[in-house]
Amino acid sequence: MTGGQGMGAPLVAFENVSVAYRQGRRWSRAVRGVDLGIGAGVTYGLVGESGSGKSTLAQALLRVLPPSGRVVEGTIRFRGEDLSLWPPQRLRSEFYRQVAMVPQDPLPSLNPAHRVGRQVEEVLDPGGLPARAGSEVRRKALAMLEAVGMADPERVASAYPHQLSGGMQQRVLIAMALAGEPSLLVLDEPTTNLDVTTEATILDLVRELVAERDTAVLYVSHSLGVVAELCDRVAVLYAGELVEDAPTAQLYRQPRHPYTQGLFDSVPRLGTTRRSVALRPIPGRIPAPSSLPPGCVFEPRCPIAVGACSQARPALEPSGDGWARCLRSGEIAAGEVDPHQPAPPARATDAAREVPVALDVANLRKRFPLRRSLVELLRRTPQRAVRAVEDVSLTVRQGHTLGLVGESGSGKSTAARAILGLDPASGGAITLAGMPLAPDLARRAPEAIRRLQMVFQSSDEALNPYRTVGAALRRPFRRLGGLDHAHADARVAQLLRDVQLTPAYASRRPAELSGGEKQRVAIARAFAAEPEVLVFDESVSGLDVSVQAAILNLIGQLQQERGSGYLFISHDLAVVSFLADYVTVVYLGHVMEAGPAERVLTPPYHPYTEALLSAIPLLEPGAVRAHVRLEGEVPSPVDVPGGCPFHTRCPRFLGDICVSQAPPWREADEGHGVYCHIPLEELRASQAPAIPFPGRGGDVDGG
Amino acid sequence: MARFLLRRLGFLLVTMLFTSLLIFLITQALPGDVARVLLGREASQQALAQLRAQLGLDRPLPLQYLHWLGDFLRGDWGTSFSTGQSVRALVLQRLGNSLQLAGITLAVAVPTAVTLGVVAALYEESWIDTLISLASLSVVGLPEFITGLVLIQLFSFTLGWLPASSSIAPGTSLFRALPYLVLPALTATLVLLAYVARLTRASMLVELRRPYVRTAVLKGVRWRRVVVAHVLRNALLPTITVVAISFGWLISGLIVVENVFNYPGLGRLLTFAIARRDVPLIQAVALVAVLGFALANLVADILYAAFNPRITLQ
Repeated sequence: MTGGQGMGAPLVAFENVSVAYRQGRRWSRAVRGVDLGIGAGVTYGLVGESGSGKSTLAQALLRVLPPSGRVVEGTIRFRGEDLSLWPPQRLRSEFYRQVAMVPQDPLPSLNPAHRVGRQVEEVLDPGGLPARAGSEVRRKALAMLEAVGMADPERVASAYPHQLSGGMQQRVLIAMALAGEPSLLVLDEPTTNLDVTTEATILDLVRELVAERDTAVLYVSHSLGVVAELCDRVAVLYAGELVEDAPTAQLYRQPRHPYTQGLFDSVPRLGTTRRSVALRPIPGRIPAPSSLPPGCVFEPRCPIAVGACSQARPALEPSGDGWARCLRSGEIAAGEVDPHQPAPPARATDAAREVPVALDVANLRKRFPLRRSLVELLRRTPQRAVRAVEDVSLTVRQGHTLGLVGESGSGKSTAARAILGLDPASGGAITLAGMPLAPDLARRAPEAIRRLQMVFQSSDEALNPYRTVGAALRRPFRRLGGLDHAHADARVAQLLRDVQLTPAYASRRPAELSGGEKQRVAIARAFAAEPEVLVFDESVSGLDVSVQAAILNLIGQLQQERGSGYLFISHDLAVVSFLADYVTVVYLGHVMEAGPAERVLTPPYHPYTEALLSAIPLLEPGAVRAHVRLEGEVPSPVDVPGGCPFHTRCPRFLGDICVSQAPPWREADEGHGVYCHIPLEELRASQAPAIPFPGRGGDVDGG
Repeated sequence: MARFLLRRLGFLLVTMLFTSLLIFLITQALPGDVARVLLGREASQQALAQLRAQLGLDRPLPLQYLHWLGDFLRGDWGTSFSTGQSVRALVLQRLGNSLQLAGITLAVAVPTAVTLGVVAALYEESWIDTLISLASLSVVGLPEFITGLVLIQLFSFTLGWLPASSSIAPGTSLFRALPYLVLPALTATLVLLAYVARLTRASMLVELRRPYVRTAVLKGVRWRRVVVAHVLRNALLPTITVVAISFGWLISGLIVVENVFNYPGLGRLLTFAIARRDVPLIQAVALVAVLGFALANLVADILYAAFNPRITLQ
């Protein structure tokens, strides 16, 4: 029905497709009445938050739904034919020869007991015996591994999946997917668990390979940025329904559905800060399939809902070059109604720099010694260690936020645990408001513990599932605050209101809470002790964007009210730059760059920061900007490269000096500088801004 | 790998040394005076003292232990108090019988159990899965002496196909002994079957839900091949460990089964020795049994690593 670009039947057509999952004796419809057509050679994005049904739809197309799932309504056609009528034999010999999938988790999607080469060969010869050396199948498999950028295909082919890094595993799956030269490639969040620099190289690769072969792509993702970079056309799913379907350029320039608009307003854009722009989270949460509203599925959360919206489900109507399922899409397109969520009240902030230091960390070091074998002991081999954190210094000021950014293996979480005293530091000094802290938590005074608190990444693991919210929150008041039961209860109620929950939540257990609510409780618990400094370790990373926006706003608001200093750790530079006043970039346990947030985001940058910024997908389709990619893998923290630790991957590698000498601190302006051998003027002259001006290059003809 | 083996063998040695000490101390603590047991109640004090000196029982305990251990390592396992035979010859002959029974049991039990487990998992929650689960659970609930007696009643007394007693004479060839082995092996199989089948079913279900299965299906691989080449390969890992360890149990732990069928294995030898306070015999059987267990564990680890590329032995 929709999106039938080009002539004739599209390659894939969803016609009024509903998918249901069995829950006990009932069936609940996770996907309802989806119409979608993917033309040959088109790159289609399928965007939605968790619970939107986007992966279900992809699995239904590939006929690999879990046993409890079933297409209960509608037809999925491939080249015009109803796939449900095809017997398994025909699916194998025709359908699976023409479609392929790259899943979200590369490691579990590879058979742990088979060598990588054999798994690639199996695509080329699904029924055959293991290929022999020098055979045609073996040769093709190796060529495929080379095509996805493996420097040494022979070695990769003879490795087992667990011996490869996450990025390499995903390359293997892409090699497998493309080995059969499919006409349709389904990518289900293929880069979600990868570092941003790895994600960038993988996306480059997909773009390149797909363009070469004219393959159609269904790209399933929660990330609007990634989709903007890659797709011609985007479909937005909400609570199992298709709410908007449009060419990328139109969707990003002017969304026609309030939910799409809400998604855009929830994402921190690189270069915006909470001082300049407030995120506008979508209130409420996605309805469960068992309790859908009678009319439009988005109506309860919609800022522009009218009476008719709750009467009947709107149809998918044409809007511009696309489709939207909204009664008011015409008014939105004409600019007669504002589909934005109301902005939270703006608050004036003091940007004064000379505020007292709350937390000072100097030359922090954390090594995990490796055990020596008996032979090594006898030979007096020097003891080796995992050098998770080598030399990290940072300062958190009262009422301000320091963002600590780095990819996996940078040591940022280890640094947090060392600062908290959970894993005692091996060296360096930690000072909290002028008071030196012992490395080991057990040797810190209760007062010091009270004043330095942490919010973990996974509130699931940080909250005891058997304890009510009230019991979890009461504990810090009683232990660290010395309050009696009744007083503590009163404070718990107030605290729950502060994190925008109701006091009734005190009697609930973690299992009864949504992900965002759990994170609110974790934040409340950290604030219960009225700490001066809070450490957030990837505290919003696992959340959907609309929930993440609300939590980011909450964190910002609490800081203004209470004046706490934050150490905010994240791999997401856009989120960090949004929240933080200062940013410190770390790589392999070393600081690369540090300074006020707006300075770190503009040239001159450290070459590593430059690569990180260049790798972040922007919400601007077709944006023109610097293209910097990192080669190779992050070195092992056991053998940290000498000189500058970044020299093995640095795109601006100078030569011997980077290998032999530790780089000097070059200060660009007050408080901002980089550790680099390249003079600042040279960096400044050759670096383009990572954040393009709004509007520049935005006009790209999508679809 | 060689390093791993060396380390594990050293570990095994320490284990054996420790258990030998434990066995020695326990047998010392057994009630009753060995000399009195040997000579009878009417023996004179003089005769008792003489025998004690002859057996070395009057020496201090540590010395007795070292002597016993030294003799044992040299291959002199002593003479049975109750039969007067060489303990070593007796134990080794019974060990051979136990190995026969264990081998046959595993050869029957493992393929059957794995097949049942795989079928139950592939047809999860269907009638066939329910039937296999019900049958295996009801068998595992019955103690061996009941299943053994039922089998004897059925196959020996009612049908008359197989002998009721399996007391084979020493030196009987495997071929001649086979009819005597069927019923005890079957009884032991029933004990093992349910356990291994349910384990296989559980790990099959876990593996069948792993994303690599979907990857294989999407490659266009036939379902039968997906199951055999992809799923089974991984699902059998826990089974391998359990089977290898069961082997240790089959050698020395089949006390009830061997007694029901009067089968001359190690387990029955142990009960015989304990009943007669035959200290040298108890010590030897116990040590051999522990060694069997320890070796089975070692083999389990090696096999597990051999089939699991994620484990490297070092």
